[in-house]
Amino acid sequence: MPSAGFFRQMAMPARRGKVTWIWGLIVAEATTVEPTRRDFLYIATGAVAAVGAGSVAWPLIHQMNPDASTLALASTEVDLAALPEGGIMTVKWRGKPVFVRHRTKKEIDEAQATPLAQLPDPQKDADRVKKPEWLVVLGVCTHLGCVPLGHSGDYDGWFCPCHGSHYDTSGRIRKGPAPRNLEVPQYQFVADTKVRIG
Amino acid sequence: MSGPSTYVPKSAIGRWFESRLPIMGLMHSSFVVYPTPKNLNYFWTFGGILSLMLGVQIITGIVLVMHYTPHVDYAFQSVEHIMRDVNWGWFLRYTHANGASMFFIAVYIHMLRGLYYGSYKAPREVLWILGVVIFLLMMATAFMGYVLPWGQMSFWGATVITNLFSAIPMVGESITTWLWGGYAVDNPTLNRFFSLHYLLPFMIAAVVGLHVWALHVSGQNNPTGVEVKDVKRDTVPFTPYATIKDGFAMVVFLAFFSWFIFYVPNYLGHPDNYIDANPMVTPAHIVPEWYFLPFYAILRAIPDKLGGVLAMFGSIAVLAFLPWLDTSRVKSASFRPVYRVFFWVFVICGIGLGYLGAMPAEGGYVIASRIFTVYYFAFFLIIMPLLGLFETPKPLPASIADSVLARGGSASAAAAGAAHAPENK
Repeated sequence: MPSAGFFRQMAMPARRGKVTWIWGLIVAEATTVEPTRRDFLYIATGAVAAVGAGSVAWPLIHQMNPDASTLALASTEVDLAALPEGGIMTVKWRGKPVFVRHRTKKEIDEAQATPLAQLPDPQKDADRVKKPEWLVVLGVCTHLGCVPLGHSGDYDGWFCPCHGSHYDTSGRIRKGPAPRNLEVPQYQFVADTKVRIG
Repeated sequence: MSGPSTYVPKSAIGRWFESRLPIMGLMHSSFVVYPTPKNLNYFWTFGGILSLMLGVQIITGIVLVMHYTPHVDYAFQSVEHIMRDVNWGWFLRYTHANGASMFFIAVYIHMLRGLYYGSYKAPREVLWILGVVIFLLMMATAFMGYVLPWGQMSFWGATVITNLFSAIPMVGESITTWLWGGYAVDNPTLNRFFSLHYLLPFMIAAVVGLHVWALHVSGQNNPTGVEVKDVKRDTVPFTPYATIKDGFAMVVFLAFFSWFIFYVPNYLGHPDNYIDANPMVTPAHIVPEWYFLPFYAILRAIPDKLGGVLAMFGSIAVLAFLPWLDTSRVKSASFRPVYRVFFWVFVICGIGLGYLGAMPAEGGYVIASRIFTVYYFAFFLIIMPLLGLFETPKPLPASIADSVLARGGSASAAAAGAAHAPENK
């Protein structure tokens, strides 16, 4: 077993040349033949140390993810009765704005008539609404997270003032740097004019 | 350049201490006898000014923390409390807020000095890269500090910048959620930014230590870019020459700084940040602090989200490769007539990008920022590598001493040389 020489070589890198020579002279076969049990132990020790360090690092990293109180956020119920045709209301859900838009006939027609080929993120209007007159989308621009302004932009949907993204009356991206359509959150109608978001 | 210390302690206690911890000798060789090229101009005083600013920011920051509350419900109020109730609170906060701007003014001058005189070239590559690391740390620190008052610009600046990471394919969303500690910028975000804003300046101080160490190994560059050949002829000791000159520059800089603190303390800020953060409403026109505007303009110039983010980070990362992108054997732009023109166009381009970053992202502004962005990258990736091969530099002086003597005209140069000679022997 090359134990003494091996460890001396590890411990004294400055004298490596000379030690290697001594080692080579005494146990030459150890350097040229297969790895020894000592090598295996050395690598195994290092591997255990790495796993140990990693397992301690995980709590330090994971503590930054959303905590239990954030994850436990409840859903929000919204009463739509007060929202006139053509109006948009903003409600807070999970700390973010959600737009509920009572679309006019003209806005619905525009959204439905748009050919998919004109859309950077093609999606049919019918796939984005449960009832055509009510559009529910997250009020978070898919570019860098600003809140877009309603009833503005080239497509009369939303316009993001931060970096100039234009959304249409279905909340779909039409022009500008945003890559995706405004996200449609999970929601359901609990009554004719009442939705639960989340 | 800084050889073995010649420090000899005068007192018995000094000798006793020095033989146990030679820190006085280190200070003496670094800041007293350290040889500085005798032709340094005032652009070489910004390193000292930056150290001063780091000190100002750390001291004012530590006392501000004694009165600040990092919570979404109290942060904005506590800043107003500092402004109105705390003794001298307005002064401390205005110093800290404007201090960040002064820090960036000084660092941009410092970086452009390096760019003009080729201070990044061998043997100063590591020194330069450490500088780029400091610059990145400064940007992170300034960004997180701007979030702490929890005004509208704080909140939306934090939202936009953290959303940059959502551009990363596959893991982007998870990373932003991790950064926020939630589904939007909120209390957990404010708390961690506060923690890191306190930590990073000390990391900057540590890297500044390495930066100064690397500087003192390779020695300072100088306006000719010619290395020191004869320490006696080409250099003067740091103390008193550089100490006094740096001190004078610091005083002038502090006068400029004071003008902002006492006369226009909000000139560099944004009125929207005096409105409490509202996660439901984005201000009509959000802009970062002025020192980020050129990079912000690059981000907005690219019509693709991931592309914009990559270009913005790339515009800083490219600086780290500068020592190898510049192929010229001559360091100083004083002897590179063509490079000098491209350099000044680059400066104008940087200022132009800064202007465009503050303008709305539409029409002609977008086109202009695209043109400037192309020049920004072309300067580093095309002009620098090729220019070194094609440009014919002017003849270099034989040494620093020769260039100093030649400048005064031949007759007076001879007289000056004679006057200097006895001192050197």
